[in-house]
Formats: sequence, structure tokens, C-alpha cells
Amino acid sequence: MALVLNEDQVQLKDAARSFIQDKAPVSAFRKLRDSNDPDGFDRKLWKEMAGLGWAGIIIPEEFGGAGFGYVGLGVVLEEAGRTLLASPLMSTALIGATAVILGGSPSQKREILPAIASGDWLMALAHEEGPHHSPYAIAARAKKSDEGFILGGKKTFVLDGHVADQLIVAARTSGKSGARDGLTLFLVDRNAPGVKVTRTLMADSRNAANVKFTNVKIRSDAVLGSVDHGADILDPVLDRARIGLSAEMLGGVREEFERTVEYLKTRQQFGVLIGTFQALKHRAAEMFCEIELSVSVVLDGLIAIDENRNDVPQIASLVKARLNDTYFLVSNEALQMHGGIGMTDEIDMGLFMKRARVAAASFGGTTFHHDRYASLEGY
Amino acid sequence: MGDLDKFRTETRAWLEENCPASMRTPMPEDETCWGGRNPVYKNPDSKLWMDRMAARGWTVPTWPTQYGGGGLDKARNQVLQQELGRLRARPPLASFGIWMLGPALLEFASEEQKRHYLNQIALGEIRWCQGYSEPGAGSDLAGLQTKAEDMGDHYLVNGSKIWTSYGHLADWIFCLVRTDPKAPKHRGISFLLFDMASPGVSTKPIKLISGASIFAQTFFDNVKVPKPQLVGTLNDGWTIAKALLQHERNMIGNMGSVNLPGGSGARSPSVAAKRYSGEINGKIADPALRLEIARHNMNSRAFGVTYQRMSDEMTAGAPPGPASSMFKYYGTEQNKRKYELLLQAMGTAALGWEGGAFQEHELGITREWLRSKGNSIEGGTSEVQLNIISKNVLRLPD
Repeated sequence: MALVLNEDQVQLKDAARSFIQDKAPVSAFRKLRDSNDPDGFDRKLWKEMAGLGWAGIIIPEEFGGAGFGYVGLGVVLEEAGRTLLASPLMSTALIGATAVILGGSPSQKREILPAIASGDWLMALAHEEGPHHSPYAIAARAKKSDEGFILGGKKTFVLDGHVADQLIVAARTSGKSGARDGLTLFLVDRNAPGVKVTRTLMADSRNAANVKFTNVKIRSDAVLGSVDHGADILDPVLDRARIGLSAEMLGGVREEFERTVEYLKTRQQFGVLIGTFQALKHRAAEMFCEIELSVSVVLDGLIAIDENRNDVPQIASLVKARLNDTYFLVSNEALQMHGGIGMTDEIDMGLFMKRARVAAASFGGTTFHHDRYASLEGY
Repeated sequence: MGDLDKFRTETRAWLEENCPASMRTPMPEDETCWGGRNPVYKNPDSKLWMDRMAARGWTVPTWPTQYGGGGLDKARNQVLQQELGRLRARPPLASFGIWMLGPALLEFASEEQKRHYLNQIALGEIRWCQGYSEPGAGSDLAGLQTKAEDMGDHYLVNGSKIWTSYGHLADWIFCLVRTDPKAPKHRGISFLLFDMASPGVSTKPIKLISGASIFAQTFFDNVKVPKPQLVGTLNDGWTIAKALLQHERNMIGNMGSVNLPGGSGARSPSVAAKRYSGEINGKIADPALRLEIARHNMNSRAFGVTYQRMSDEMTAGAPPGPASSMFKYYGTEQNKRKYELLLQAMGTAALGWEGGAFQEHELGITREWLRSKGNSIEGGTSEVQLNIISKNVLRLPD
């Protein structure tokens, strides 16, 4: 597939942009933040987004989805990144749906996918246990019982954890923390006895939670995929999350860069526009190059998923590392080039910077992905 | 069978029949076929291969047939390139005429000039060099002072050019000259072609930090150039100069990373790092170097994907973007980083100068490392490329 959007995808991107700019500008995000909204996102808006087909955008039509693929979801995420739109697009439309599509039994698919697509169910993946992304460092344990399993352990940084209807929990059914084998994914009702969810307020004002499981009873039919082989689902889910989140990050990068270039053309000091200074021009041009490369790899990554290419793991690490670095660069430069006003809460640059750092910490920081890429490439 | 499949079958058969076996092996630099009046064929198959390809117009597959080209459309050319790639065939002809002058002539020359010069280029008969930079006009190219005075039936050229690639080996030069000293600097420049064997032309090779002499300084002392050898409009040579620079930048930017993500074989930093600094459980032993190499290789791959995207966008009908400055900038900086990583990975093994204590490829890397430093200077420095991006793409104020 050529590295260009087709006509349908261009239309979707245009529609997403006008809808999001209209219904969810940065001011809407600020309102959620400043009112300490208990949900942290706009439920009514999510219903509308579901009505447009976005909640089920990657879900096959037979399960009530739009069947538009990851390129389609990627263009929506990119537009969402431009306005810092807080929504369950990542947790539910991408991660929840992917996990069920890849690992769900026929009956799980029939039950869950239509509920995601309609916007009725929210999902959250509970996998991290420490401050750094580490997919197999899982100590939470599920022990076999008569009726199924008994789950115990702690999870942290669970995106949308406090609003999710269903949690997808990665727990150990055998082996030691750090081993790829011995993991199992479970579908757990957030309101089940023994599940304690504590919302964590993050710098980017997005939703995350700590979740504690104490003797939570899980039925056997709540296993997603197969026992002890959860990593076979978890790995591809994480790769898709990495690429999808990168698409959102790209939206933030582009928005910040465009605003900053505009500022260089309007702000005067020493009697001239500051955009005439070569020190700033060169840094802007360097950012432009990094962004162009980022645009290319995000699209290549989304296409790689849709084409089920066998280099998805490599490209996922490449894309996430690159977008971590590019968002880091652009958010720092944007703030610096705005000068004093960039430090104020009134200007959005700080919001983008906070989002950049939390997004970078999600699903793997740069060194994690450099290490992983080198290993996958055989060195 | 579709037309394209038929073309592929025929092309494959012809190449199998006509590409000599020794032309299907990696090409040592001293076997590069440059053609020209005084050709050097270290391997006689090089000439055979060039002549056979030229006879089909395939030294310049996409040029029109009346100018010596193959007249192939984009799709057929892609098939040809794939089939050449399948055989790992060497390029039949290396030529600044093909990479830089030809595309500019196709756009700006008269019909008569096209028929004459393009056919010569396609056949590899004339080796061209580029007369652009001057001792006093480097990044400020439009400040050039070499002058051409109107003497009625000819121009009289006086001045000097520098960094003329292979100037001491070239047959003809395409040269920027000042024809109106009173006009603003961009508006008094013209584009002349002339024979390096003309009386008054002399060259002096320049020894570089790598020890090689691929550039020359060129001197013009009352050189007579017949008027029909002016290309385009008098005093409007800057337009041609800029168009040609884009082709040059694409060429230089491409040398680095597009074709060889991260380099291959001995020139791959990851292979070199394992070999020269050891490995532990299949991983490069030095963890800091390993991550640096990973970052570099990821950037190379991202660069290659970007090249592909721009090409796909143009195929889909988008106008050619301002990409050449970006590719020139990023590609050359990447290539420099690749050699610095090779040096880090190989230690003193990549710092030998000559003699039997080092392997040939090790000595090659020392010299190539030094050569690579010129990539971000020639064809417009990295700083000039960033200026162009900020002006033409970002539209930042002057």
C-alpha cells in the first residue's frame, strides 16, 4: 500500500478535524480540568463520537463496528491530539477493542465488541506495576480455584481505570516476574468485590488509576486468550497501542509546531519579527525535518498493522521512540520560543508539554524502545 | 499477460543475456564507469555493459528517445530498476551529465542543444564537470565573479572556479558566469557550456583531508566560448542554476542513507560493533554504543520511509514538495553520523592510513569517514539548506 491516505481516509480526517475543532477545542479540555470533572472526559461527547463510528472504528462490521482499520483510527487520534481531546479513544476504541479482536473467544467478541462500538462500554488495560513500562514485570497473581481463579495484586497507571466498565488485567498464572511465559489476561468487572480503584491525577490531567485486587473471584470464561500465553495477545496489543498513541502525539506535535511558527511571524523584539533571527530559523527548520520523518513512520506503522506485516514490532518501537523524541523536542522548543508567555497557564504550550511527557512514559520510553529495536534487529 | 508483465519478461531476458557476469558483483570505486573522451576501463566489461545499455537508451531510461533515452514511463522504469536490482547489476554509467546537467537541459535548453548534448551524455561520450563555486563565492554562490564578456560572435571568459568535481578529468564544463556586472547579483548570471580543451583553460587538483583529489580548481584565462553554447536566456542563468542545484541535492542526499538503511556489510555500524568491540548473548557488548546505533538505524529507516512517502505522494498527483533541501540536510548529516559510529565501533582499526597492517575495507572506512565531512558542505551547506527550509517551507520572514 502506498504511503498516502486514500480518498475515504482523507474524508475521515477532514470530518474528524472539523468535528473535534468544533466540539472539543482545547478550551473544552481546560473546562474538564478546571472543574475537576469526576469522569475526566465528556460522556455525551463520547456517545456522539460513537455515533460517528469512531468507538468501533477498528471493529469488524459483523460486530457492529465500522471496519475502517488502524489507519482510520490513526487519523482520528491525530486530530484528537491537536486539541488534547480527553476521550476513551485509546483505552477503549484502540486497546480494549484490539485485545478482544485478537484474543477474544467468539462469545466474548459477540458480547463485548458491539458494546464498545456503541459507546456503552469502556475498557481499561491494567498491566503496569511500576513507574516504568515493563511488559513482563508482572507480579499480580491469579491462582486456580474451583470456579476459576482468585486474583491478587496491584496495578498502576491504568488508563481510564476509574471509569472503565471492564478491566483487562494481565496477571501471572505461573513463572516469576519478568518472564514472558506464564501470563494470562482476564476480563474483570470494575465493580467486582475485591477490586479497589483509586483515580490518580496526572500532570496531563488525563485519566489514570491505581487498582488493587484482593481475592477477586474470576470465572474461567473470563480468560482472554489462553492461560499462561497471555503475552501472545499482550505483545501485539501493546504494539498497536504504541503506534496509535504515536498518532495522537503527532497531532500534538503538529499543532504546537504550527502555532510556534506563527508566533515567530508575529512577535516583535528589537524592532523586528523574531522569526528573522537565524538562531530560531534553523531550530524551526530542524524541527520541520524531524516532524516530516515522524509523519512518515506513523503512517507506515498504521499501514503495517492493517496489512498484518511481520515487522509490526520493529516499526512500533521505531515509531514510539521517534514520537517520544519529537514531542519532547517540539514541546521544549515551543515553550522556549514563546518566551515568558509560554510559561503561563493561559497559553496552551504547557498543556502540550505535560501531555508529551505522560504520553512518552506510556507504553515505553525512548531507551526502552531503542533497546527493544536493537534486540529485534539482532544486535 | 499485461503490457507491464510483458515488458518485465523481455527486460529480464535481455539483462540475463547482456549484463556481463563481472557487472553483477559489488563495484570497487576504481571501477566506476565515467565514460568520456579519455575513458579508463580497469575492467573491460564496464565498457561493454555501458555500450549495451546506451544502445537501448537505458543509461538514461526515462529521457525521450530522440535524446538518446529509453523513453520509459515511470512504471516501466520501475520495472527496469527492479530487474537491475535483482541481478545486483552495477550502474552502467556514472555521470554529472545524467544526474545534474541533463535534467536542466531537458527543461531549459533549445531543441538543437538538447539533441546534441543529451545524446552525448546518454552515450557516455563526454564527461562533464560543474563550474559553480568560486574561491570568493561558496555558500553565497550568487556572488560569483567569473565574467563572460560579449565579443560579438563569442563570449570571453575570465576567472576561476573551485571545488570542481573531477574538473581535471572532465571534457566539458557547465559554468555559471557573470554577464551583467551592473545588475543585482542574481540577475546578471548566465549558464554557459564549454570545452575544457579550449585554449586558456587550466586545472589544478586539490588534495583533500582524505588524501584523495576528487576536486580541482579551474582557471579561465581569455577563454573564447561560441555564443550558441549559452543555455536559456542571457542573464537568467540563476533560474537554471537553482533547478540544477535541486538535482544535485537529491543526488548527494541519496548517497547517504536511502539505499542502505544503516549501511550494509562492513559498513553497517551494528555489524562492525559486534565484530570489533564484541558481543554478549548476541548483543553488542557496549550498551551505550548499542543504543546509539539503534537510534541511528531507526533514523535511517525513517528517512527511507519518508523518501518513499514523498515519491508516493508525487505518484498520487501531489506537486513536488520542497523536499530536496530536507533530504540533502538530513541525508548528509545521517551519513556523517554513520561514519562516526563506525569509528566508535572499530576503534583504531578504522584509523589506519595505509599499509599492510590494516585490511582494505578498514583503510577504506578511514578515508570515507573523512570524505563524508564534505557531504554537508558541497551542494549547499547544511546551514544553507536550513535557510531554504525556513524561507520556502515555513515562510519565516527575511
